[in-house]
Amino acid sequence: MAVIEIKQVAKTFGSFTALHSVDLTIADQEFMVLLGASGCGKTTLLRIIAGLETPTTGEVWIGGRRVDHLPPRERGIAMVFQNYAVFPHLTVFENIAFGLRMKKMDQAEVTRRVTRTAELMHIEQLLKRYSGELSGGQRQRVAVARALAMEPDVILMDEPLSNLDALLRLEMRAELKGVLAESKTTTIYVTHDQVEAMSLADRISVMNGGRIVQAANPVEVYRNPAARFVGSFIGNPPMNFLAATPAGPGKWQVAGQMFDGPVAAAAEFAIRPEDLHPGDTGLPAEVRVVEPLGPHTLITASVAGQPFRAILDSTLLPAPGDLLHFAPAPDRIRWFDPATQTAL
Amino acid sequence: MPRLLPYLLLLPATAFLCLFFLFPFVQVAHDSVMRNGVYTLENFSRMAGHWKFSTAFWNTMLLTAVVVPIQLAMALTMASIVTKLQRGRSTILYIFAIPLGISDLAAGLIWLSVFEQSGFLNSLLVGLGVVDQPILLLGYQNTWIIFIAIVLAEVWRATAIMMVILVAGMGLIPKEYGEAADVFGASRWQKFRRVTLPMLRPSLQTALILRVILAFEVFAVVVALGGTQLPVLMSETYHWQFQMQERGVAAAFAMVILAVSVAFTILILRLLHVPKGARV
Amino acid sequence: MSAPSVRRAGNRVFVAGVALLILWVLLPIWLLFVNALSAPAEVTGFPKRFIPSFDLASLSFFFGFSGVIDALWNSVRVAAVTMVLSIGVGAPAGYALSRFDFPGKELFRFLVVMTRAFPLPLLALPLAVMFIRTGLDDTILGLALVHTTLALPFAVLITYSLFSGIPLELEEAAWTLGCNRVQAFIKVILPLAAPGIAASAVFAFVISWNEVFAAAVLTVENRTLTAFLLQSLDVSPLPLKFAGGAALVLPALFFIFAVRKYLFAMWGIANR
Repeated sequence: MAVIEIKQVAKTFGSFTALHSVDLTIADQEFMVLLGASGCGKTTLLRIIAGLETPTTGEVWIGGRRVDHLPPRERGIAMVFQNYAVFPHLTVFENIAFGLRMKKMDQAEVTRRVTRTAELMHIEQLLKRYSGELSGGQRQRVAVARALAMEPDVILMDEPLSNLDALLRLEMRAELKGVLAESKTTTIYVTHDQVEAMSLADRISVMNGGRIVQAANPVEVYRNPAARFVGSFIGNPPMNFLAATPAGPGKWQVAGQMFDGPVAAAAEFAIRPEDLHPGDTGLPAEVRVVEPLGPHTLITASVAGQPFRAILDSTLLPAPGDLLHFAPAPDRIRWFDPATQTAL
Repeated sequence: MPRLLPYLLLLPATAFLCLFFLFPFVQVAHDSVMRNGVYTLENFSRMAGHWKFSTAFWNTMLLTAVVVPIQLAMALTMASIVTKLQRGRSTILYIFAIPLGISDLAAGLIWLSVFEQSGFLNSLLVGLGVVDQPILLLGYQNTWIIFIAIVLAEVWRATAIMMVILVAGMGLIPKEYGEAADVFGASRWQKFRRVTLPMLRPSLQTALILRVILAFEVFAVVVALGGTQLPVLMSETYHWQFQMQERGVAAAFAMVILAVSVAFTILILRLLHVPKGARV
Repeated sequence: MSAPSVRRAGNRVFVAGVALLILWVLLPIWLLFVNALSAPAEVTGFPKRFIPSFDLASLSFFFGFSGVIDALWNSVRVAAVTMVLSIGVGAPAGYALSRFDFPGKELFRFLVVMTRAFPLPLLALPLAVMFIRTGLDDTILGLALVHTTLALPFAVLITYSLFSGIPLELEEAAWTLGCNRVQAFIKVILPLAAPGIAASAVFAFVISWNEVFAAAVLTVENRTLTAFLLQSLDVSPLPLKFAGGAALVLPALFFIFAVRKYLFAMWGIANR
């Protein structure tokens, strides 16, 4: 149980800047997800917190203690690795016990903790096996159990589900959420999968180009993206963006339609594909591709020459070439500054 | 400390290589131009002036020129076989690799058992009625037979090392390339010629350099089969160092072997140059 | 001919080729052992039989010959010291190459790879003088140092490839679980690399065991088996030569068998 404070942490590899002066505070027992595309710096940040990487500048504090000069073993953390890092020469039992033995814990306590975490992760029948005899999902469970057995202040997870197949990932996701909520451990979880991030996080830090673009709860991140990047990265399909021309103070013309907007020199109109109502009036869209997906139909269209997507009820099946009109839900319209790319 | 750690780990090996690899080569170069405490080229002129020098030099070159191409062809064949095999691959690979662990002296002795006068080749020839009497195969009258025996022993002994390198190299070539060639209608030979060989270039380079340099170092096989009847550069070096106690001339021989080795290494690197972006 | 019969004929040629190559490798070794396992009179006699009579007289003559046991023992000792030295010096370098990026790394790799472009046995010539000055002439250690120079590049490259094959993640996991660098190496890396390290140790042993030129140049009293056989070639009778050859070959057969799985790890990396 610990608060994590990251103060102006930057990291450069030669001439490449992986992190530009990042500030972030993670509350005690919070589940924080670092979300971003590959190369955005999320794994570097996690590894700096773990002590596997040294920050070029800045400070890392865990539980009120400055740790950036300490080796990983003295930081009170445990980590789950992307490829699980289950030691192939040790049994599952010895893998889970590894960290406890390093702490010179007595055998009874080791057995107690290993048994308890193994039960928690439903691997108690695998304790005598070696990692070569385990499936990917089972290895994943061993890796989590090994971290939990340490009873650390902080658990760090580096894309732990990315190597599992889709169905198993869904199952493990729900299970992880339950187990980690119960353990009341501060958790930092790195992923590039937005669904994973939305489902697990108390708070999501969206990262891009070595910076944290927005750190907020999942609904906030989804509904009120702080930057154009967040809107375009989160949501499947992502937000639609349309050019807007000023038509008086607080009035904007978008694809021939008038909208109330912010008072600004320039602005870009944005709306999520599911916040559109087909009707007789609204944004004129020429249908290009129609994809019936079961619960709904995905339309790819062109609005005033700009790409545009809409999610419609599956009872509607327009044909390519049709002209539709979409009325955006007024409270869901967002505006971005084209120069700074931030929300207006 | 973490920044110094790799250097600390490399220190013993670096020191070792400097002391026992770089320094001796500087020393031998120095010795070759030093005679009675003065710098001179006399060692080289004594070496070149000796009647055996050019024989030894050309014997070595000829041996290399005959042995290496045969080995290359055989190693490619063996590597292709091993790569193609589905059953018994590891057994056959082990058998093919056996000579890798056998010393050149032992290889010489092995082929001596075939070629000596009461040996297996004579037994076979007499048994088949080709000759009536066992003939002296490794005598001074028949230096060409000695030469053939050395070629056979060298091919037998040192093809394995090329084969292992080539098998490792073939393993690095993704299967899809061969399959793509199949789809585009290449015959087996075309596939080998146009796909496997070009992609194998880095391994071919390694194998050839290693093999050619070892060929210039041929020594024990020659001594075991031919005694002093077929002089080569290495046996002459040994002779000058020991029998003649002329370290300077021996060093001059060493410089010749070194020069030839380096020249051929550069030549092979040039001929089989692989552009960086074209590697597998 | 129809296509399937062409293929069948091709298969037969393929099998025959494989059989021929196997024979090519094994037959000469067989012949050496026929000689080694026959009585001296049979070895020098004519014509030869192609099956041994399993008379151990040649071998007992060989082992009873003055100097042979000593030479054998010297060979083992030199090879053992070479093995320890080349792994002890080479493995840390291999580990450093596999785990760190640092200025000078390429230079070191170049130095190691360069050794392959030089005729290494020639090192024995200048070293002979250096050893006389330092009292290392004609000693087990002196020869082992030269053999280590031969084996070290292999040891570095093999252990480099071995350690590279062990994911860094495992080591990092050990660090987060309470290990320092040394503990993580001992508890995680070493158990996983041990078989491969053993294989490269065996390889170093073989290199030393088989080496002729430097052994012959650097030893006088304390000759190794190869040096002993080489220097007595023109005086020793045939049975002695063949028994000696067999004594050299037999351990090699086991060694190659022991390291067969690692031959490619060794040469795969040597390609790069």
